[in-house]
Amino acid sequence: MIIRNKELKKNITGYLFIAPNLIGFIVLTLIPVLFSLVVSFTEWNLFSGTENIKFVGLKNYISMFSDVWFIDSLKNNFLYTVVTISLTLSISLLIAIILNDKVYGRNVIRAMFFMPYISNIVAISAIWLALYNPTHGPINQFLMSIGIDNPPQWLASSKWALPAIMMMSVWGGLGYNIVIYLAGLKGIPKELYEAADIDGVNSWHRLRHVTIPMLSPTIFFLLITGIISSFQVFGQINIMTQGGPATATTVIAYYIYLSGFRYYKMGYAAAMAWFLFIGIFIVTLIQWRGQKKWVNYV
Amino acid sequence: MKNDVYGNRFLKGHPKKAISKGIITVIMSVAGIMMLLPFIWMLSTSFKLQADVYKFPIEWIPKRWNFNNYREVWLNQNPPFYVYYLNSIKITVICVVGELLTSSLAGYGFARLDFKGRDKIFLLYLGTMMIPFQVLMVPRFMLFRWLGIYNTHWALILPGLFTTLGVFLLRQFFMTIPFELSESARIDGASELRTYWQIILPLAKPALASLAILSFVWRWNDYEGPLIFLTNRKLYTIPLGLTNFIDEMGGQQDTLIMAASVSALLPILIVFFLGQNYFIEGITAGSVKG
Repeated sequence: MIIRNKELKKNITGYLFIAPNLIGFIVLTLIPVLFSLVVSFTEWNLFSGTENIKFVGLKNYISMFSDVWFIDSLKNNFLYTVVTISLTLSISLLIAIILNDKVYGRNVIRAMFFMPYISNIVAISAIWLALYNPTHGPINQFLMSIGIDNPPQWLASSKWALPAIMMMSVWGGLGYNIVIYLAGLKGIPKELYEAADIDGVNSWHRLRHVTIPMLSPTIFFLLITGIISSFQVFGQINIMTQGGPATATTVIAYYIYLSGFRYYKMGYAAAMAWFLFIGIFIVTLIQWRGQKKWVNYV
Repeated sequence: MKNDVYGNRFLKGHPKKAISKGIITVIMSVAGIMMLLPFIWMLSTSFKLQADVYKFPIEWIPKRWNFNNYREVWLNQNPPFYVYYLNSIKITVICVVGELLTSSLAGYGFARLDFKGRDKIFLLYLGTMMIPFQVLMVPRFMLFRWLGIYNTHWALILPGLFTTLGVFLLRQFFMTIPFELSESARIDGASELRTYWQIILPLAKPALASLAILSFVWRWNDYEGPLIFLTNRKLYTIPLGLTNFIDEMGGQQDTLIMAASVSALLPILIVFFLGQNYFIEGITAGSVKG
């Protein structure tokens, strides 16, 4: 009896500790997630009231693939992800390696690169909107001053709008990646480099055979989190281009927002959100399996 | 000699290394300043007259100074910028304090208490960390309307109080504190709540500081939440107020937009520079061990 009481007391104490958070978690995350799955099988206009919910089965999931906006959002998002992630990961690796042991005042320079990351996306978008201004923005004035007579129209051009957004995102993401890389680099034993020095290898081989393999868990982490967040890019699109010109810069998160909160198609928005979730999940799973081939955990 | 940084080797007679390190420092500093150019442009524009904004070559230091922009932004708009400030401060402070409390309690439970179903529930927490905000947007919107807190600050505060990431970060830290400490407190007859409050929390100060500053930055910068859950302008937080501003000015008043942007960024930069190390500690916590 005493033992059972003790057991019971232990359980109660444990649950009391997690209760405040657990209740919030159940009400604000768990139930909503399940509910949104249900909504994704319905057709429901926000303002028509709950009695007008209509179950339509898989219709939302099927019709998204004949929706030009959705298809273009997917295409743009893939391009955005591939370009920004590969640029950000490689440029910041280079900078992190240099900052790691080849400069004075490392933390000051690190902070300079990091500033965009902690800055508000709205302020950043406001700045870049002005910088990208096609007729009198500083970027184009500079390009014209060095002899480029027809500089890109940036956000006003369907060809250059997405690259312009991507450039801004790379600029914004470098700092975070550098900080994570620097933490990873700190964990590489100095002895490895000394051994490499004794063997007389050049710096490319040092990078290729010591730094990158030792850093592979960090690279893997940045790759996964980077892909997940790049499929949720939203702020700069909504503020700077609203997906335009036409569908040139629309992305998934933006189109979900548009469908749900501008066109009030809640069911359709929920279905696309679940598609996004499943997509992220599958990509992560594939990488998780593939990591064995190139990630070294020591 | 083994772990010497190059600076020390220089003292022992490697001038070449020091010179190349100096040159690389200069190059990287220039690159760092290039990164900051958009911010410098913002700052200088915020003190200009609109007529001077797009002059070329750029006047990095304004020839004609105009301090009116800030007064215009802070006092003469409807609503004036300080309203957004007060809203942001209120929401951020409540969220940070509340999140620290619920996360540390739950983190303590998951890390240091033994109870039935503990690991399963924690796994559930981990599982939901990958769920994108877009999935939660629609149902939370409905929930908040149903609860009658749509278009109130509660719609932003509530989700901020119960984050899974906070629980995760603190649990990881609590795991590293020796369990003997709890054991001896238990023998001395201390209750679990007392052990948590008087022994473990004081030891976890660095982790709490990291979570506090991370969470401050997230709340302060949150854009999607207010965009979806608020319609009343008087309730807007800084990011949304700024958006509103951009829309209204329609690109005609860059000086005012930039003055508003500077105002929006200043608090976060101050917080960051005061707590830089805690912040970096926080965002790297989950990355290195994979």
